Amino acid sequence: MTSFMPPADRNWWKVPVGRQELIWIAIALVWCIIMFLMMPLWHVYGKQNLSTEAYQTTPAKFGAKVEEMISQYKVGEEAGMPVVAPPVGSDVYMLGRLWQWYPILKLKKDQEYRLHLSSMDWQHGWSLQPDNINLQIVPGYDMVLKVTPDKAGTFSVICNEYCGIGHHTMVGKIYVEE
Amino acid sequence: MAEFRVCPDSGFYFHKSAESLMKVNAVVGIVALLIAGLLALGVVLTRWQEVHWLPADTFYMVLTAHGINALIFWIIFFEMAVLYFASSTLLRCRVATPAWGWIGFFLMLIGAVMNNVAVFSGSSSVMMTSYVPMQAEPHFYLGLILFAVGALIQVFVFFGTLVVAQTEKTYEGSVPLVTFGAITAAIIAVFTIASGAIILIPTFLWSIGYVSHIDAEMYRVIWWGMGHSSQQINVSAHVSIWYLVAGVLFGARPMSEKVSRFAFLLYILFLQLASAHHILVDPGISTEWKIFNTSYAMYLAVLASMIHGLTVPGSMEVAQRRKGFTKGLFEWLRKAPWGNPVFSGTFIAIVTFGFIGGITGVVMGTEQINLIIHNTIYVPAHFHATVVTGTTLTFMAITYLLIPVLFRRQLFLPWVAKMQPYVFGGGMTILILFMLGAGTMGVSRRHWDMDFAGAAMAFEYPAIAYTMMAIGAIGGVLGIVGGGMFLLVAVGSLLFGKKLEASAGIMESFAGKPLADSVYNVDKPEVLAMAPQLEEDHHEGFEAPGTFMLAMLLLVTFVVYYFINWKYLASVWPLG
Repeated sequence: MTSFMPPADRNWWKVPVGRQELIWIAIALVWCIIMFLMMPLWHVYGKQNLSTEAYQTTPAKFGAKVEEMISQYKVGEEAGMPVVAPPVGSDVYMLGRLWQWYPILKLKKDQEYRLHLSSMDWQHGWSLQPDNINLQIVPGYDMVLKVTPDKAGTFSVICNEYCGIGHHTMVGKIYVEE
Repeated sequence: MAEFRVCPDSGFYFHKSAESLMKVNAVVGIVALLIAGLLALGVVLTRWQEVHWLPADTFYMVLTAHGINALIFWIIFFEMAVLYFASSTLLRCRVATPAWGWIGFFLMLIGAVMNNVAVFSGSSSVMMTSYVPMQAEPHFYLGLILFAVGALIQVFVFFGTLVVAQTEKTYEGSVPLVTFGAITAAIIAVFTIASGAIILIPTFLWSIGYVSHIDAEMYRVIWWGMGHSSQQINVSAHVSIWYLVAGVLFGARPMSEKVSRFAFLLYILFLQLASAHHILVDPGISTEWKIFNTSYAMYLAVLASMIHGLTVPGSMEVAQRRKGFTKGLFEWLRKAPWGNPVFSGTFIAIVTFGFIGGITGVVMGTEQINLIIHNTIYVPAHFHATVVTGTTLTFMAITYLLIPVLFRRQLFLPWVAKMQPYVFGGGMTILILFMLGAGTMGVSRRHWDMDFAGAAMAFEYPAIAYTMMAIGAIGGVLGIVGGGMFLLVAVGSLLFGKKLEASAGIMESFAGKPLADSVYNVDKPEVLAMAPQLEEDHHEGFEAPGTFMLAMLLLVTFVVYYFINWKYLASVWPLG
């Protein structure tokens, strides 16, 4: 009757709460605190944390850096796209544009790289498969993350932010060698 | 002249103007649901790779229109009806400034039509989120702005109606819990619409050339202040309806007014922070900001939902036990009216919203876990559990109550209505579970072709991902059939349902004259009295043990699933 009637007790905020609700609220609150603490704890003990390093950039500036890397470290070509093997620990660039992830990267397993990502035009979704790491790529921002590929093999980068009619053809590649 | 009628079946008082406004908002909402449901068929039959029905450009247009009609137009129109009900009807007062209510309604209608015209012209396939710098037609944004202004006006009519009720003393004591929940929804709506205005107005100006540049990251942060908060309006609104259904069907009393209202208050204070859920893998956002916001300060809004998760079914259990269904832990639930779609719809909504929508939302909203979920099809799976099996199914359930009470018609094809929540809830649950699975395998959302036809470099998903998408699509088709059953009953009842009271005619009924004048024979409704005191009101025992067991089951599921996802996260490339 009373969910749609005024409370039976005019001073409803003074009515004591039943034991059952109190126990549930206590349990739920403890769980909420555990979940809250998991995030900072993972920053200390976990290995998958997104860096907050990012710089404002422009498509022209970012594109120039990509080309510079390609001219220095290009090792081949595949499907009309340069394959680049930059030195371990260096700054590595990949750009998203309609509808490519450019260029193809060749990295070494268990080595750390500073990976720069940005978009030349619209927003894109950098989705590394089959490992399944997903990042939002926003034009005007150079996102920098330290990555350590820990498995050898061929990885694909698909686009998972809608970017127009050719969205589904936007597939890039990263080779990880022993 | 008498402006009120009392519904002989339910005892609710309806003010004539409020009644018309409720009807038009609800009916237009249901039309939007019809459009969204038809479009859903195009979406599932294209994403089912073996069928792959629509060409890419049509698919993206259909997906854009599906999202906007379902998430924005259907739900917000219906919520406007809920607000009139929770104010004017529950508080037994006249609606404040009904003319403004009509202005708000028509602005929303014009905005919704304008936006749909832009989308269906094919030149605004930008998805519901319309992320800049991808640009839509100017009237795409203008339509949304007009819609938002109209909604804001109706929200203020709601606030005005509360003031009328208070100054004219139409009720004793404090407002009922359901009204309290609706106030929560309305306050969140104001925040939501303000965020929308802050970002959509400059974006509109950009689309007509008056603003040269909109920062893409700024757009994302502010747009989600609207995009996610609007889903919190839904949560507040449908939880309020759950309490209403518990009261109407079972005569249930809230287990504790204080606890339930406190939980709603937590929504107002913390739910809006959830825009962060969408920004977790964006460039340059600080860790502290992400952790604080994505967790609603410290999961305090999750705490609120967990509280409602106990107190809503708990209040039903207490009421059922009082009626003598006391055997074991679950006799109260077994003997519940499962054949009544108002109950079955509501209960399926509570379970799917909590167990699937709630848990997956918290998991993918965890700062680091979002790395393995962002923009995969896991995301739409999650929000179909909250917005479709949660909000939409709740609104469908309450519609079955409103047809006789508000529209004064008997249900058309009641046996269809009886099965509808099971078909709709069941089909959608299959869709959701298998989309969750496919998302875990990395299948992308908003993506026309999981074969990547025409790509220079190939990538193949594992075969199991295809199977999951196919089973999910079959569930989706079943869900769409369930949606069609709802529309058949709702529209059929309005057109062919037996009239329970003299009608003023179909056109008049939507133009300020809902039923024949003779029906409105109450000058001033009786003052809404406080609920009667019950002797056993101040109990301190374990009065709802069955619900407590269900809550513990939810908790165990939650904990296990949460840590499974951390384990999965630990297996991907280290990042720092």
